[in-house]
Amino acid sequence: MKQILILGAGTAGTMMSNHLRKSLPSDQWNITIIDHQEYHFYQPGYLFLPFGIYQPEQLKRTVAEFIPKGVELIQEKIHRIDKDSNTIVLQNKQNVKYDILVIATGCDIAPSEIEGMEGEQWHKSIFDFYTFNGAKNLRDKLKSWEGGKLVVHICEMPIKCPVAPLEFAFLSDSFFTNKKMRDKVDITYVTPMSGAFTKPVATKELDYLLKQKNINVVADFNIECVDTENHKIIDYGGKEVEYDLLVTVPTNMGDELIARSGFGDDLNYVPTDKETLQSKVKENIFVIGDATDLPASKAGSVAHFQAEILLKNILSFIKGKPLTEKFDGHSNCFIETGNDKALLIDFNYTQEPVKGTFPIPGIGPLKLLEETRMNHLGKLAFKWIYWNILIKGRPIPFVSNHMKIAGKDIQKAETV
Amino acid sequence: MSEKTIAGFCIDCNEQGYLTNPDQWNKEIGLAIAKEENIEMTDKHWEVIDYLREQCAQEVAITIRKVGKSGVVTIKEFYQLFPNGPLKTASKIAGIPKPVSCI
Ligand SMILES: Cc1cc2nc3c(=O)[nH]c(=O)nc-3n(C[C@H](O)[C@H](O)[C@H](O)COP(=O)(O)OP(=O)(O)OC[C@H]3O[C@@H](n4cnc5c(N)ncnc54)[C@H](O)[C@@H]3O)c2cc1C
Repeated sequence: MKQILILGAGTAGTMMSNHLRKSLPSDQWNITIIDHQEYHFYQPGYLFLPFGIYQPEQLKRTVAEFIPKGVELIQEKIHRIDKDSNTIVLQNKQNVKYDILVIATGCDIAPSEIEGMEGEQWHKSIFDFYTFNGAKNLRDKLKSWEGGKLVVHICEMPIKCPVAPLEFAFLSDSFFTNKKMRDKVDITYVTPMSGAFTKPVATKELDYLLKQKNINVVADFNIECVDTENHKIIDYGGKEVEYDLLVTVPTNMGDELIARSGFGDDLNYVPTDKETLQSKVKENIFVIGDATDLPASKAGSVAHFQAEILLKNILSFIKGKPLTEKFDGHSNCFIETGNDKALLIDFNYTQEPVKGTFPIPGIGPLKLLEETRMNHLGKLAFKWIYWNILIKGRPIPFVSNHMKIAGKDIQKAETV
Repeated sequence: MSEKTIAGFCIDCNEQGYLTNPDQWNKEIGLAIAKEENIEMTDKHWEVIDYLREQCAQEVAITIRKVGKSGVVTIKEFYQLFPNGPLKTASKIAGIPKPVSCI
């Protein structure tokens, strides 16, 4: 018997366990998946939790529920990978051998990377919404907050779901407007990028949203530290932004097990071939989802597009054939703009987001790069799709792994 | 996409003046862009530019953290060399794309 080992039973790992079990004969291949967590969280729901749009219990199911029959689940923390002996060392010191390894350990926030962030004010006046607890504690804070300077902030790139902080700013505007206290709240969006939008077409089409919602933007802000005493964030160039309530997206990093295994970049992401998804570490190690160092967005939809490509490449690898399936960086994501509207963007490594219709060219029903109610319904439907289609490794109707050009307003775009 | 003549060379660039083809770059172009950005280039500046171009050639996403850990400069020094948005300015001078997000 040969052994495939999947590390991490989040979005990508769960999907791969379903794909692989369907494709590999169980009399030849054992499949094992390892994750220490008892619960699988619907992370896109963390955006809505602080505003009371979703309740905490809607975002949480057990990990075991989604692991198919015929796949062994080990609920234990992974300590490190010994690539030379094709072995995983668990925290309880047990070893697990593999023939093929799939790393899907994602990424998480690392607030301790920024001086002053994780101190005594953490989850008091400084919050994250990238974790279940962060989003829940922020919900409690927003219930009683009387207003002041709300700063929505990104520490450094890359982060998963890079538009989530901007969506948070938009939803805050609606939330405080509905609470009839928008005049008491000053919203500032602080980003290390050159603006809230950085791509030419998106900037042209969407800049109006910030003005319409009265959101100030501070760009090119690379945070050095948080001065909790004076309620300020300070950047390396000496720029300062004051806050009463700081909602930050801390540095995102891959798990420390990657560093302990002796590979990974300065943020613990695994060097990965951007097309085949084979690691650059060893040929029997593959990587999917947020754990990779790919120049693609870190999103559940991206992991979904990668999964079928990775499956085909693993099957080729087993047969000793060249890895011919190529990931194009396809990403698809809804962007909540508040007031029950949303945008949708669809792009890849080389094509920036443009206007058009999705998923059926010329018909839609969703519109790209335009605010519509239908897009908002699409975003809400994504929760159902996530639990029932996405992580079970089923195809989403009409949506292909490679980005489609049809239905897109390409002539206006500039490839960047 | 547009064309621009810098230091006597005709180059492709985007609306914000970033070169769209790093292969068209040379040191004289870098110097001319630096002048437009009011930056007086020293050996240390060029070391940073060389590092950025190398990283770009290897298709590595460039971040301020990477520059800070590169051994070439600390983040503080990077700010001293290229004040106000150092990554943006240095990328422009290096003739490589500006760091972008997905939208
Ligand atoms: C606020 C927010 C909003 C988002 N919105 C969207 C959206 O609208 N659309 C979208 O497509 N995506 C969205 N995402 C991103 C999406 O959730 C992630 O990209 C996706 O979950 C990545 O899947 P993954 O399997 O790579 O990582 P994860 O799902 O995070 O799974 C990693 C797993 O590895 C396990 N693990 C890690 N280290 C170890 C270890 N040492 N031992 C054992 N187990 C370990 C973890 O316990 C975890 O279960 C959002 C994310 C956030 C935070």
